[in-house]
Order: sequence, then structure tokens, then C-alpha cells
Amino acid sequence: MDTTRQKARRHTLVVLVEDHPGVLNRVVSLLRRRSFNIDTITVGASEQPGVSRMTLVVQGDDQDVEQAGKQLYKLMEVLKVTDVTDTNAISHELVLVKVATKPQNRQEVMLAGQIYDARFVDATPSSLIMEVTGSQERIDSFLNMVKPYGIRELVRTGPIAMSRGGSSVQIREGRIERVNGVPAAAD
Amino acid sequence: MAIAEPREVLTSRTKRSERGPLRTVAELQGVRMTGAQITCAALEAEGADLVFGYPGGAVIPLYDAMPSTNLHHVLVRFEQWAALAADGYARATGKVGVCIATSGPGATNLVTGLANSQLDSIPVVAITGQVSQAMIGLDAFQETDITGITLPITKHNYLVQSAEEIAPTIREAFYLARSGRPGPVLVDIPKNVFQESAKFHMPGEINRRGYQPSLMPNTRQVRLAAELINAAKKPLIMAGHGIMISGAEPLFERFVERTGIPVIFTLLGQGSFPESHRLSLGLMGMHGHREVNMALRECDLLVNIGARFDDRATGKVSTFAPNARIVHVDIDPAEIGKNVRTDVPVVGDAREALKLMLGEVEHREHNEWMAWIESQRDTALLTALEDRPDWPEPYTIIKEISRVTEGEAIYCTDVGQHQMWAAQHLGIDHPNRWLTSGGLGTMGYGLPAAIGAKMGRPDLEVWTIIGDGGFQMSSNELATCVQEQLDINIAIINNGYLGMVRQWQDLFHQKNYSEVQILGPDFVKLAEAYGATGIRVTRDDEIVSAIERARSIAGPVLIEFVVEPEANVWPIVPPGAGNSDMMHNRGEE
Repeated sequence: MDTTRQKARRHTLVVLVEDHPGVLNRVVSLLRRRSFNIDTITVGASEQPGVSRMTLVVQGDDQDVEQAGKQLYKLMEVLKVTDVTDTNAISHELVLVKVATKPQNRQEVMLAGQIYDARFVDATPSSLIMEVTGSQERIDSFLNMVKPYGIRELVRTGPIAMSRGGSSVQIREGRIERVNGVPAAAD
Repeated sequence: MAIAEPREVLTSRTKRSERGPLRTVAELQGVRMTGAQITCAALEAEGADLVFGYPGGAVIPLYDAMPSTNLHHVLVRFEQWAALAADGYARATGKVGVCIATSGPGATNLVTGLANSQLDSIPVVAITGQVSQAMIGLDAFQETDITGITLPITKHNYLVQSAEEIAPTIREAFYLARSGRPGPVLVDIPKNVFQESAKFHMPGEINRRGYQPSLMPNTRQVRLAAELINAAKKPLIMAGHGIMISGAEPLFERFVERTGIPVIFTLLGQGSFPESHRLSLGLMGMHGHREVNMALRECDLLVNIGARFDDRATGKVSTFAPNARIVHVDIDPAEIGKNVRTDVPVVGDAREALKLMLGEVEHREHNEWMAWIESQRDTALLTALEDRPDWPEPYTIIKEISRVTEGEAIYCTDVGQHQMWAAQHLGIDHPNRWLTSGGLGTMGYGLPAAIGAKMGRPDLEVWTIIGDGGFQMSSNELATCVQEQLDINIAIINNGYLGMVRQWQDLFHQKNYSEVQILGPDFVKLAEAYGATGIRVTRDDEIVSAIERARSIAGPVLIEFVVEPEANVWPIVPPGAGNSDMMHNRGEE
């Protein structure tokens, strides 16, 4: 293989797809077939009717990820693939964590949460459920902070990403383009 | 003992004379019919006069509708051969091939054929029956998730949910199959959808926002490519299948003659340019000619037009064309830089790219370079092969088939040694007359491909060259050949071995011949049992007369050439080696 390869690292891809049944399966199956490791994947609605938005975090060097993007474009349902890794994009995820508490350390745990702007979404005499959002790194350090108290349950959404600034990717009359400013409201 | 007369069943000729012309969208639009009738009508509207298939439970409604349509259905003996006959038909005609199978095993039997078409970019539409919608997901009788199964081996696939959707889906399937980089598309239709009724409605143009093939190359890239071409001292053109897919052969010939650059071929690129042309060098890669692979090492520029740098063509990538700048013309952006580093990518249709490049390239002659390449030719190899009169020499058989048919036939192959001998020595001069399974290497391809080719091009003579192993995979299709009364000449190169595997065991596994000796039937009797003609050739001097006799007999003719059991294909690039590290019959270089 090519000897000029860089090191593998985490890439964040934003993928706009047609909101059709089985699309997630097609995307995931393609990445599996081309030997890509998916760290996280999130799917949901976008601002455009009929278009779903995925945020994928994959491991690979830049060439591998570029190849993955090109392969994704071969799927009929894939409208736009953007690698936002090196761009000025916001990438946030949400974590729910259930931490064991004792009367003597409950205040400490809550203080740890407050440092990370946690919402306290559930409480029992022996546990707290906290919700924290932010970058993967921020959530990692929050979890390190509460880990010593005993994590009973943990769920992370994986990041969702969005480019900063006023521009956005729009589909107009069947063409996919990046536009600046806010698109005119649909009639 | 009387042999059953095949004429009691509907044959190709009777079917053709009874069928009317295909119905058009105009006469079908708005007519209420069943889903099954819509399916047939949509196929007709797409110009699919021939379909290859096999009936079964979930498609009984479809077969019920078929006799009153103008489709000519070819009944194969195994669904895999329907998919591969559709593949052969598509290659020979340039049209979309169609195959039909029932749900479950019928559909899964198509899989190998679809994968074959996917890897070789062949436009095929597969129609499969599915269990009724109410039964999907319940592990019903003959239920398989065929859209799930074929996801990675089709360009796209559909599970149709209503009769209204059938015609638009079939239109889109044909469009996707043949446009851009072609490929197989599967349309799965539940049995109850075949039975529903709806108005036939076929949309006009297909426009999918997620599917916009890149046809027009970037002019700046074209100019950069042309600059490299004009400056090169030792250039080579690597001609791929894409040239023929885009119908760019005439432009390509002008381009080659103008630039004076010698042409080497990938396995599927053969036919894109006359091999008898003075600038034609022949096959590259694992079994490429010595001078071709040496030229690859030496060249300072490689212009790949419409090929995907397959590993059998490149050998070890790190030593591939080590001294060359690389221009890569491909319609599929994902092929750029996938296997081989590229200096100038030209993403677009080969025809558009050649049109633009023709405006930029200057007239050149490369006589010195050509002379150097010629000096690398291995003349000893051919002399050695010609000097063995005791067996019908595979190399001679191939050469004689080509000579007697004046290079004008469609030549199909199976997969293995005979395929490589044929690729090296047939000398293909015409596009779309060299039908071989390249990417997938599907044994059994040879006979169904020939059926598809002959059905699609009854005006052309069809030969298929097959090993004794591959033939035993699809020999049941002899029945189809007889039923359709097809003039197909089958040349079996019988060495009693799975020859290519044996050759690898010989060269790379210390002659440990593991499970490669393969017993065959009496091929002549087998042919006769099916109602075909069989001829056996055991001596060199019988080759030509057998070929001539086969040509003079109507209907399928099988010639069994009994060849030397341990003949090898030379040269060979050992697996993992660079292309210039070839092994020859007299040992390594």
C-alpha cells in the first residue's frame, strides 16, 4: 500500500440522506463492507422535509475517510457528505449517567455535576441521574470526575455536529448546494 | 432409442415469430392491469425483448401474465445462469439484461450472477418475487430478505410496496443500471403486489437528487493530462472496459493514433481497440505479455482510461509503473486513488474526456519506445509452445478458433487457465465481443454468457471456451441451448484438472495437488444426451477440422479438446509480486 499514509484519527462526518426506509442499513453496511470502524452514529430529522441527517464518527486516516465519503456518494439515498473534522464545527453529545450516592458524598457528587452544568433529572436516596451535554472531551472528563463514586448506568448519544457560521447545505430544485444566510421560508 | 424432439416445446424461433412488437409507454399509459401485467408491460416499455428466468411460487402471477405479452422468456435450468445469461446479453448488446427468479432459493441463486455484474459494471435488472406483504418477516415458506442479501452486490435495490410503484421502479431500475457506472439493480416484488391492480403509469425522465453521475470532466484536469501526454517520452495507455461502456471506441482510436501511444489492455478492456493494430500491445498484469509488463516498469506516463486498477492488472501496487506519472480517467470518483496513487485524475465519461483531450494533444510518434518494447517480447515462449505436436496445444486451439472465425465471432470464456490463454491469444478486434468474468472470476460463466450473447446477437457467430471444471458447473444449460435452438460452439479445454488451482499448487505449493483432479463425464455423449452435437479432439492435427465442422452444424456443438494435463499459463506474476517479476516456462527471470 501507499507509504505516505497518515495516522488514523477520529473523523466526524455529517451525512444528509433521503428519509427512506433502510437508509441507515445501507450506510452502515457500506462502511462495514469497506472495513471502517464506526465509533458513533446518530440519525434524525433535518430542517428539510424528506431529508434525514446523520452524524458519523469514524476512525481512519484522511485518505481512508475521503474514500469512505466517495463510497457513500454511490448510495442513491446519500445527498451530501461533509467531513467537519478540521472545520470550525460544533460537535456535541449528550450523556445520561446514573451515579451511586451515599448521604456523606451526595453533596460532592452534585458539586461535580454543577461544574459541568449537569441537569439533575432524577434522584433517589441512593442515586442521581445527571444529564450533561458538550464535546466528547468534556463529557469524558465529567465522567472521570464522577467515576470514583460508582457509575450504575451510562448512556451517550454520540456527537451531533453542525458547522458554525451562516451557511448551510440546501436542496433546491433537486440540486444540492451550500448557501449563505437563512434560506427563504418555504411557501 | 428415440431422443425426444425438442420441437414439441416452444423454441426460440417459434416464440420470436409469434411475438408482436414490444408495447410502448404511449399505448400502455393509464391502462388498468394487475401488478404482474404492469411488470411485463414496464419491461416491454424499457425495450427488454428477452428475459432469462425460472418460475416459482411467488412469481406464478408474473408467469401467468407473461404469455399474453410480447416478452420472450428464456427458461434456464438454474437461476444463477439466468443472471449470468442476462450479464452476457448485456455485454454483447450494450442493452440492459433482465433476469427473473422466484423468492427464497430462486432469489438467492441469483446472487453470484449479480455479484459478477456488479464487479464488472454490467447493466442488469433482476426481478424477484417475494412472499406476500402480510408474510414478510414471519420466516414464511421461501422467504429470504433478498434486498438485504444483495445490498453490497447491487448498484441499488428496491422492495416494491404497491402495484402503482412497479412501473416507476422498473423505469428507475433500468436508468440506474445503464447510466453512470453501470451495474445490477434488483427489484423485489411481493406476490400480493403482483395480484393487485393499478393503472399503468410510467414516469418520463428520472431525476434523483442523490444520483448525479459525473459525466463532464474538469477542463483544467484535461489540460494537465494533455500536457503530460504531450511531454512524455515513454507513455503507455491502459485501456479499460469503460471505453466500451461509454461507446468511445472510435474516439479512442483517433486518440491513440494521434498521440502515437502504445495500448495495453486490462482483461475487460480487450475489444476497446483492435488488438491487431500496430499500437496494440495486448494483455497486462498477472498473465500479461512479457513486453507489456516490462513496458509498465519502464514507462514515464501511464494513461488509464476506464479501468479500475484491479489487483490482477497491477500486481504489487508499490512497484506498479514505478517510474510513471499516472493519469486516471474514470466516471466513478471513488476509483480515483483507491488502489493506485494518481497524478492527474480526470473524473468523467470516457467519451467526454477523450473528446476534450483530443483537442489538447499533439501528434506524436514513439518509434524508439516501441522498438524498446518490441525488444522485450518473449519469442522463446511461443516457439516452445508450438514445438509440442503430441497434444492439441491450448495455445494453438485458441489461435485456430480466432483464425478460422476470422476474429469476427463473439468469444466467451469461463474462468481459469483457458480464460487466460484466450485473453492472451484470441486477439480481440471488436468491442463487446469478448465476454469474460473479470472481477468476480465466476466459474460456470462460459455457457450462460454464450446463451445471453447468442440470444442478443443472433446475427453473430458465438464461441465459448470453457475448462472441464467450469463446464461441469453449468453444463445443464446445454438443455437451454437445445430448447432455444442456439447455434453456439462450445470449446472445452479438458485437462482433467482444475487447471489454474493446479498451476498455483505446482508453482507455489510444491506440487501439492490437493483436490484438483476432476473426473468428467464423456463430454461427447453428454452433448448427445441433451440433443446437441459432440466432437472429441485428441491430436493437434484435428483442431482445425473440428472447428470447421462445428461451424457447419446447426444448433449447439461441443468440441472436447483433450489437452496436456499439466500445461501452464505463461508468463505468470506470482501473487504479491510486482508485474515485472514474471515467471516463465524456463523459470524465473
